[in-house]
Amino acid sequence: MTQKYLIPLTAVFLLFLVAYAGAGAGLGWFFGIVFPYLAVIAFLVGFVIKVMGWARSAVPFRIPTTCGQQKSLPWIKQNRIDNPDTASGVFIRMLLEIFLFRSLFRNTKAAFNRTASNRITYSWEIFLWVAALAFHYAFLVVLLRHFRFFTSPVSSWVQFLEALDGIVQLGLPGLFLSGVVLPAAVLFLLARRLFDQKVRYISQASDYFPLFLILGIALTGIFMRYFTKVDITAIKEMTMGLVTLSPTIPDGVANLFYAHLFLVSILFAYFPASKLMHLGGVFLSPTRNMANNTRAKRHVNPWNYDVPIHTYEQYEDHFRDKMIEAGLPVEKKE
Amino acid sequence: MADELTPDELLDKIDYGTDSGNWLDTTKSVQIRPGMYCYAAKPESVETLGLPNARSWNPTEEDWKLPDNWQQIIHDGIKERLEKFRTFKIFMDVCVRCGACADKCHFFLGTGDPKNMPVLRAELLRSVYRNDFTTAGKILQKIPGGQRLGGNRPLTLDVLKEMWYYFFQCTECRRCSVFCPYGIDTAEITIMGRELLNLLGLNIDWIATPVSNCYTTGNHLGIQPHAFKDMLEFFVEDIEDITGVDCTPQFQKKGADILFVTPSGDVFADPGTYTCQGYLILFQYLKEKYGLDVTWSTYASEGGNFGFFTSHETMKRLNAKMYYEAKRLGVKWILGGECGHMWRVINQYMDTMNGPADFLEVPVNPITGTKFENAKSTKMVHIAEFTADLIKHGKLELDKSRNANRIVTFHDSCNPARGMGILDEPRYVIQNVCDHFYEMPPNTIREQTFCCGSGAGLNAGENIELRMAGALPRATAVKYVHEKFGVNSLCTICAIDRAALPTMCEYWVPEVDVIGLHELVGNALILPGEKERTEDLRMEPLPGCEEEE
Repeated sequence: MTQKYLIPLTAVFLLFLVAYAGAGAGLGWFFGIVFPYLAVIAFLVGFVIKVMGWARSAVPFRIPTTCGQQKSLPWIKQNRIDNPDTASGVFIRMLLEIFLFRSLFRNTKAAFNRTASNRITYSWEIFLWVAALAFHYAFLVVLLRHFRFFTSPVSSWVQFLEALDGIVQLGLPGLFLSGVVLPAAVLFLLARRLFDQKVRYISQASDYFPLFLILGIALTGIFMRYFTKVDITAIKEMTMGLVTLSPTIPDGVANLFYAHLFLVSILFAYFPASKLMHLGGVFLSPTRNMANNTRAKRHVNPWNYDVPIHTYEQYEDHFRDKMIEAGLPVEKKE
Repeated sequence: MADELTPDELLDKIDYGTDSGNWLDTTKSVQIRPGMYCYAAKPESVETLGLPNARSWNPTEEDWKLPDNWQQIIHDGIKERLEKFRTFKIFMDVCVRCGACADKCHFFLGTGDPKNMPVLRAELLRSVYRNDFTTAGKILQKIPGGQRLGGNRPLTLDVLKEMWYYFFQCTECRRCSVFCPYGIDTAEITIMGRELLNLLGLNIDWIATPVSNCYTTGNHLGIQPHAFKDMLEFFVEDIEDITGVDCTPQFQKKGADILFVTPSGDVFADPGTYTCQGYLILFQYLKEKYGLDVTWSTYASEGGNFGFFTSHETMKRLNAKMYYEAKRLGVKWILGGECGHMWRVINQYMDTMNGPADFLEVPVNPITGTKFENAKSTKMVHIAEFTADLIKHGKLELDKSRNANRIVTFHDSCNPARGMGILDEPRYVIQNVCDHFYEMPPNTIREQTFCCGSGAGLNAGENIELRMAGALPRATAVKYVHEKFGVNSLCTICAIDRAALPTMCEYWVPEVDVIGLHELVGNALILPGEKERTEDLRMEPLPGCEEEE
């Protein structure tokens, strides 16, 4: 069992070392140019292939999970969001699902007390939801902040975001909240996998790997910004080179940066082949993105085919005598 | 059964702390154990519909008598379904194993068996999918230890047996799906899993035989047409004894307004029979007062659909009868009785599979004029919707006091709750026919309702330990309201519930009766010309009519 997290941890560490040492050994062009390009291509192609693959599969039935009162009689109040019958209801349901993780918000924790009452109790379990939300939004903010390295002059929305993220105005360079929240959330999610018996049991190496990888990315980034204070001008020259498709390897780019960039590249390349594709899947999940109106509006199954059935005529042929005797109506009297 | 566990023994076994082993191993602990599995399908039942690999076999024996190329059959079956069902493909790919579903399953809560966590039930299939259908899986196969590291498994006989064991420990209740951030629906995965198992003839008899019966005799219980009529006439006699009114129903009447279809369980066994009497009383009332013309059919005498627990194709083959019969009889629309999975099929599958129902009219209640807009395409209305509408318009004369001895709580059945959303209609009806109604705790009702533990074809006798374990969360909630409010009646709109919950109550919460919604209606409804009633439909004294000792 320990392999499940030790191997991913070791893998991330080795990846870090490879890039760090490689950059030192003059392979900067590989870790700084070739691999990032390959990774972005792998990400884009892989992502598109995966989503197209899902989209190619049919949606034969309209089977939303209904989580509230259906639309029925006019005087019964429908839950338009959790049991939508219109596209707008579905849209809101999806917005809440995608941006606020609504289903996860419902999470409860069950406990069983072997006492006289033998009660199973359910308590609201908000921490997973909080950590998941914190993780995803902090990650998003970090990602968007990095557009500073890909726009020149730096777009005003990036500056605005930085100002918001650095609102506590602590230290120099100023502390970004996302830089605290992201690793903290990752550590919480990791701790859950390690110490909650149920989650530990279901966790795979592929659950630990992205967590360690993202932690590695965050830590290398934090280290560069707050501690080693890398040559930011050189890095920007390099990242602008990448984004304008005229890559260069300026002098003075820290090895640590290559390691950071390499881990990011690994994340991109790994993304489409992994569970991280839930990013794309959540939009397409048929139990959430469909209206519960199959009785009102016919859903067509593209591969519907005729099946043999036992017809009334066959049934009557089988039971005619008994039916006549019992006084049941029949089509043919003999 | 002497080897049956007592409630205390069962409770002693519950432990949510899971062991430290690796679930990829098909260890001894998951070997098929009496009390937890259902008997294998009889060959003659599998043959009726021409389904594959009919033979007699025994799950506890080593040899399952599979075809030589069984792995290829399953592999091709998975491949085909990945293309036919986007649900299946996405659900195989996107699970992040966050564990939110883990303690939502009644079978996990009742057994503590980690493989009853919905995520792991799905992983049984997913581990094979990852191994055989993903690029990463194919690469990992070549690296020593790669398969295990990736959580991937080749499809071995043990893996297949494990799938069989656990896909028949899922009642397709969808509770986990409510909590999943990606809407992963274990019911859908179990449906796929069972469909695949059926390609090898690996059904259970409690599903296969009802399916076979339903196909040829028109209902799961194999009640032949004359016997079906006899049984309803027997109820008519009882009702006449109680009320003095003749409620004789019509059968196969061409040109009737409405075809009524309900699960045959209501015709066959207590306490469903009392619900059935409730329907008869309601239809008699509506005929007498408003001239409503309702017909039953012995051909389409099954609302339930165990084909749903076999494969999509089998579901379609059984469901087809409803429209077929409605068309033959020339009725205006169809009314459906109280049943759980029946309504999931009608609400989410029927029109797509066997429609369009262009030979029927958009359902209108001729008595109230209400047009059932929500059923305008499928043209089938749920009887709770129908009765709620009648009550709302003041069309029913009701005497609540006849149910005054009933302290009622309502069990939302899984499928109507999470595959339809019929939550407030039955509650409205209950509150109009009963004085005392109390809800169970919020985490156990409506969309968070707990399964009876016997759904999706698992209501057999031989798997009683599984059923009682699975029923524990529901029973605990019933016990809570029983102790707090003195609830003595567990009302439900599902025929499987009416068959399964009495056993649950007897085991976990004695002194609580299971009662159908329309039994309560039948008790309260004042029939034109009825005599003064002294007994309820169970022939027990009405409140105030108890004999003085």
